Amino acid sequence: MTSESPALPPVQRAELLRRLRQWLSAHCIIEDEESRRTFECDGLALYRELPLIAVLPENVQQVQAVLRICHQLQVPVVARGAGTGLCAGAMPHPDGVLLGLSKLDRILEIDPLARTARVQPGVSNLAISQAVADHGLYYGPDPSSQIACSIGGNVAENSGGVHCLKYGLTVHNILSIELLTVAGEQLTLGSQGLDSPGYDLMALLTGSEGLLGIVVEVTVRLLPCPEMATVVMAGFDSVTAAGDAVSAVIAAGIIPAGLEMMDRLAIRAAEDFVGAGYPRDAQALLLCEVDGTREEVGEHARRVADLFRERGASSIRVSRDDAERALLWKGRKSAFPAVGRLAPDYYCMDGTIPRSQVSRVLVEISRLSEEFGLAVANVFHAGDGNLHPLILFDASDPVQVGKAEAFGARILELSVQVGGCITGEHGVGLEKLRQMPSQFTEAELLQFEDIKAAFDPALNLNPGKGVPILKRCQEYRALPDRHNRG
Amino acid sequence: MAEHQGGDRAQELIAGVARAYEQREALYINGGGSKRNLAGRSCPAPSLEVGAHCGILDYQSAELVLTARAGTTLREIAEVLDAENQVLGFDPPLLDDRATLGGTLATNLSGPARPWRGSVRDAVLGVQLINGKAELLNFGGKVMKNVAGYDVSRLQAGALGTLGVLTQVSLRVMPRTEHELSLAYEMAADEAISTMNQRAGEAKPLSGACWLDGRLYLRLSGAASAVEHTARQWGGEQYTQCEVWDALREMSLPFFQGDAPLWRLSLKPTAEPDIEQGSMLIDWGGAQRWLRANIDLERAHASAQRGGGHALLFRGGDREGQLRAMPNAIERRLLQRLKRAFDPHGILNPGRLHADL
Repeated sequence: MTSESPALPPVQRAELLRRLRQWLSAHCIIEDEESRRTFECDGLALYRELPLIAVLPENVQQVQAVLRICHQLQVPVVARGAGTGLCAGAMPHPDGVLLGLSKLDRILEIDPLARTARVQPGVSNLAISQAVADHGLYYGPDPSSQIACSIGGNVAENSGGVHCLKYGLTVHNILSIELLTVAGEQLTLGSQGLDSPGYDLMALLTGSEGLLGIVVEVTVRLLPCPEMATVVMAGFDSVTAAGDAVSAVIAAGIIPAGLEMMDRLAIRAAEDFVGAGYPRDAQALLLCEVDGTREEVGEHARRVADLFRERGASSIRVSRDDAERALLWKGRKSAFPAVGRLAPDYYCMDGTIPRSQVSRVLVEISRLSEEFGLAVANVFHAGDGNLHPLILFDASDPVQVGKAEAFGARILELSVQVGGCITGEHGVGLEKLRQMPSQFTEAELLQFEDIKAAFDPALNLNPGKGVPILKRCQEYRALPDRHNRG
Repeated sequence: MAEHQGGDRAQELIAGVARAYEQREALYINGGGSKRNLAGRSCPAPSLEVGAHCGILDYQSAELVLTARAGTTLREIAEVLDAENQVLGFDPPLLDDRATLGGTLATNLSGPARPWRGSVRDAVLGVQLINGKAELLNFGGKVMKNVAGYDVSRLQAGALGTLGVLTQVSLRVMPRTEHELSLAYEMAADEAISTMNQRAGEAKPLSGACWLDGRLYLRLSGAASAVEHTARQWGGEQYTQCEVWDALREMSLPFFQGDAPLWRLSLKPTAEPDIEQGSMLIDWGGAQRWLRANIDLERAHASAQRGGGHALLFRGGDREGQLRAMPNAIERRLLQRLKRAFDPHGILNPGRLHADL
């Protein structure tokens, strides 16, 4: 799925390199094709493109210099953190610079009393929690890629994780960011206080997929580690019964730390892979984690187990210690690679739906699965309504690729129809650009476009991603081509 | 559920904005009128009345989501939630029952529980608004997670209506906690700040931490067993009913009475107080400090900067002057472009946030 576009004139490429070399040492500039190939895609390998040049700056001044140079020469810039994104948001631009931020990987400051950490964008999500663990603190959002994914990328995508119903998304857990504009100017957004007066540019930037600016530093809020956590696992004979059980927990006034659902195919794949003790005969599995003080965890775990029993659970297991809790989670956390063993490739979707619609949506997905002739396993963040159907296919077969994409598009449109959205946490990137009009009207898309233009009038930051550019106005008549290559 | 009483005035509001857009005339957006003299600069323009555009449109307690028209009062919302044993987690001031949902989001006003349960900005899931070109637009949605497009919904928090006339808001709501207790301690301000921060670093069901008149108050909310156990561990005078929290949220404490300028300092929670003048009240576990003092903006700003945050002349003083420090030139240019992106003729609440916005 590469696109055809005229390469940058050689003269300009030479000038770009000449200027970059004034600021970056040779090992931070990647020119040869083989090395550039490392950056050709993010976690969604269906979409690939070679960047004109990749750069790996080692400090903020160098990032600033790269942006200034690209701004002067009007060269597109695509930022990349750890490359674990799942929407081709970090796929390079063939005429542009791929700006890798992985070398900005220092934890700059930890303030245990104020419960904050100031970190560079290339620090991995998990590294933050590890660095503050001795203080009894941790960083809340925990996307399943947390070993690898970077905090800068988390800000760009507003990443969530299994704990976000209780502890929030990235936007709820950051206090301040240092931002570079497309021209390389530095701005501080947010503060060390909780709420800053005026426009909340930090919220606007969070989840903006590298289209509005480049994050070069993040101050995150840290949470005290709960005294204890317990997982209640339950198998159900139908997805509907499991969905009702989820609603019953919420209605009882319990906000679980995590509440996950898996369907039959996902249960079996995970069980075959890690042997967590999941009930292989169940149609749906719930994992409900409660955390807090010892007293409240004991009380809530009992109530959750009772509620599951009342809703007809065919099996129930309550973790007795952290080792058992880890084992029960291991199946869920390995669900993607486990499902991945069932077919050469899988395509992960990311719609969010109202919880009440889950059985309707799963029935329809199962019907579509027959229509397209592709199997699908469903993993569902049931607490917050974020559904991850994994479509199984073979990427070496162009017919299957086309079917997988069409199937995925139908699932996203279905999510919008039932009152949800096309992406809960993976982002739009290049992948879901075509589904944006199913969620937004033309006037709304034009409003997004005006926001983009306020930050980046020439559309140089991550062009072709996030929001489709519709406008054909005088000032950037020539630009939509650059932008809308999806 | 059935639609509550209240009216759909969206078409009138759109027509009002369209007229102002064509004639390039400024509008002052008014909901319940409770915040006209709070948070922002005065805006002497004809009012666009949003208060009658009210009513709860959708509330699914099992989804933890409520959608209402912007003119709906928080009182009405609180009552409907109460029947399902749920609450607005951000604990907003009801301001004599006049506070509306739209105004609360536009001013980003949250109560004492804010550090633990999030702000109104954190709770908002989606908005419908009329931009300065009289277009009715929807952003976000009614689901917990939604990263399609820019987060225009949260951008409205604190924008004081300068980016659009809010017409509908979808919010995340929370279950009411089972049990509540307050603890009080005689303590000086600096000791209280350090205690608040230490307590907030413990995994206990803390839901409020404020200091006033030489006393530190801590509020615990959660499962009864957890609240009682923590209260025994932490000691202090125990109150099962403590009127401080409601009075603090509603700004009805004696501290808030009178005409002296009321400054709001949003700071790093551990910041040391460094203004001796006037009187101070500490909320949000140290992150929000209220000051009653006749000081100038420069002084308030310098203090806030040392504390890692911002100062705002929240009420009183000269409401036609500057209420907070001007952002630097780079940020100002961005803010102005963003304002034009939503409101090209500058008709929505001009000057309310900054003289040049």
